[in-house]
Amino acid sequence: MSRLIDVENLTLQFDTDEGRITAVDDVSFSLEAGEVMGLVGESGSGKSVTAKSLMKLNPRNAVYGPDTKITLHLDDGPVDVMSLQNNAEMKIVRGGAISLIFQEPMASFAPAISIGDQMVEQLMIHTSFSKAQAKELSIEMLDRVGISDPSTRFGQYAFELSGGMRQRAMIAMALSTKPKLLIADEPTTALDVTIQAQVIDLMKDLVSEFGMGIIFITHDLGVIAQTADKVAVMYLGRLVEQGTVRDVIRRPAHPYTRGLIAALPTLDDIDAPLTPIPGDIPSPLERPPGCVYNTRCQEVIGPRCSTEIPAFYPVDTDHAAACHLHDPQESTS
Amino acid sequence: MSDTPLITAQNLSVHYPLRAGIIGPKPYVAAVENVTIEVAAGSFFGLVGESGSGKTTLGRAMLRAAPITKGDVLFDDGEVSYALKNLGKAELKDYRKRAQLIFQDPYAALSPRMTVRDIIAEPLEVMGLTKSRAETDERVREIADKCRLNVEHLRRFPHAFSGGQRQRISIARALVSGPKFIVADESVAALDVSIQADVLNLLKAIQEDMGLTFLFISHDLSVVAHVCDHVAVMYLGRLVETAPTRTLFSTPRHPYTKALLSAIPSLDPDDRGKAQKLVGEIPSPTNPPPGCKFQTRCPAAIDKCRKIEPVLESAGPEHHVACHRWKELSIAE
Repeated sequence: MSRLIDVENLTLQFDTDEGRITAVDDVSFSLEAGEVMGLVGESGSGKSVTAKSLMKLNPRNAVYGPDTKITLHLDDGPVDVMSLQNNAEMKIVRGGAISLIFQEPMASFAPAISIGDQMVEQLMIHTSFSKAQAKELSIEMLDRVGISDPSTRFGQYAFELSGGMRQRAMIAMALSTKPKLLIADEPTTALDVTIQAQVIDLMKDLVSEFGMGIIFITHDLGVIAQTADKVAVMYLGRLVEQGTVRDVIRRPAHPYTRGLIAALPTLDDIDAPLTPIPGDIPSPLERPPGCVYNTRCQEVIGPRCSTEIPAFYPVDTDHAAACHLHDPQESTS
Repeated sequence: MSDTPLITAQNLSVHYPLRAGIIGPKPYVAAVENVTIEVAAGSFFGLVGESGSGKTTLGRAMLRAAPITKGDVLFDDGEVSYALKNLGKAELKDYRKRAQLIFQDPYAALSPRMTVRDIIAEPLEVMGLTKSRAETDERVREIADKCRLNVEHLRRFPHAFSGGQRQRISIARALVSGPKFIVADESVAALDVSIQADVLNLLKAIQEDMGLTFLFISHDLSVVAHVCDHVAVMYLGRLVETAPTRTLFSTPRHPYTKALLSAIPSLDPDDRGKAQKLVGEIPSPTNPPPGCKFQTRCPAAIDKCRKIEPVLESAGPEHHVACHRWKELSIAE
């Protein structure tokens, strides 16, 4: 596999009336081509903002940290995303090398333009296809994602399609430009479980066929277990744990990940009590000092947790957690 | 929990008229068709199904918030006994006090212009249940305390609260009139897992403490498995299976229930691809298929299923299933 994207020290703040809010704090990760990374966290953890940063798709009041470095490795050489200034320059990244699928497929299609016209429009912008070629490819893609009678669907509007069908069309549209990286932001959250299972299957097929990298954002650890190769867990703008999907789900190392898994109702033991994580995620205006999770953590080991930001300590090969519990010096003392 | 039903839906149908043509019979949508369920006093009754299955409409009809076309809903709490179809104005007003609804989205359900105290007190004032402001305040404080909201919280507006806290406010408002029967419609669907467990535990504690009866509507089977005593599964307005929770999850009999269970993404990454996949989507209720409503997606459908609609038959103690082939399918397993 070859390296697809490197994100180093991504920090993102928003200027608001109430002050400067930190949404993403010193996040680093990388992704290989053909790899699926799950990005997990509660609402407000900064997972969507992180993903959108990869194409600088954030509002004007966003301020990136000076050390932020995002490198996209394309066939023609590396692209430094942070150095791209205007919309024309961003075109190679937005919709070109990176496509984005949103959570709510009804809101992501324009209601008064047919599905087909929207698919053709983006192909005309990003490729050198003629209109006829673009139409042909669009219909082919609709067929590929399992939409029956694709040429009829091509002329229909978003409201004429069911939820699952719309999400399929969205995926067809996102993939028609052959992106290197697909960002899927809660793509199955609005769908019923039976439809969710179909869409997950489809996405897995497409990864192996197109060989692209996927960042799969979700709050559902079950969906992650079924799709991702590796997992990054976020809390209040910081990465707290990274590792392969088996390691993180079977041997969670960060107290937050452990809490998330314990809070999940499972069918294996329906009599097991549900264990909530106490308290609420703090407001980004009142980020706790030290470890961001210390206000809700059940395994605080001392004053260190509320004064010192924990570094990433390895717990296994390819598995690391940002928690003082795993500091080798803590276990020896 | 006792065996006497608090509320019973008897051959209940809810039809909504469609725009009529010039000739022919008046077209309608059968949102709920011939459903019979008995909710025992003091039980936590789960109602599951995909979107469009009619579970919300059934819940509303049991609150007399949807029109009852055929059949009836019988309510008997030992003090009063009502047949909801033909309820007088005064009786209906009294019924509103005894049966309440908790909504799905705690962000939309609370007025942003009212303080939490006023939100919780509103039902008391509208129904004229308290005589003085002091009495109202006392009742609000008492119920707020049960829902773990303190006096300080009561002075604030909803925007100052997180999703979990807002849902606790909605619960307090539903409980303040002292109801016997609560319909909780997707009440934890909008919450993060870490908070969801907290709200579910609260609902269970309140139910035991106040001796309430819950109709818990959810699309999430793992949540239902953990909190409910009895579960009913709906598909396209019909009841397809109903059983005590343990029975339903250990020996599901209807192919739809089996498919629903198997579509839940497993937390075990090595379970990939084991799920039994359901093809297609739920048909439109304006144009339902003949025979069994599930035959268009059922892996076990035969000719009989396409012609004759199955009726509920007994499959064990308190276990009912509407499928022509459940016996042979369970032997085949």
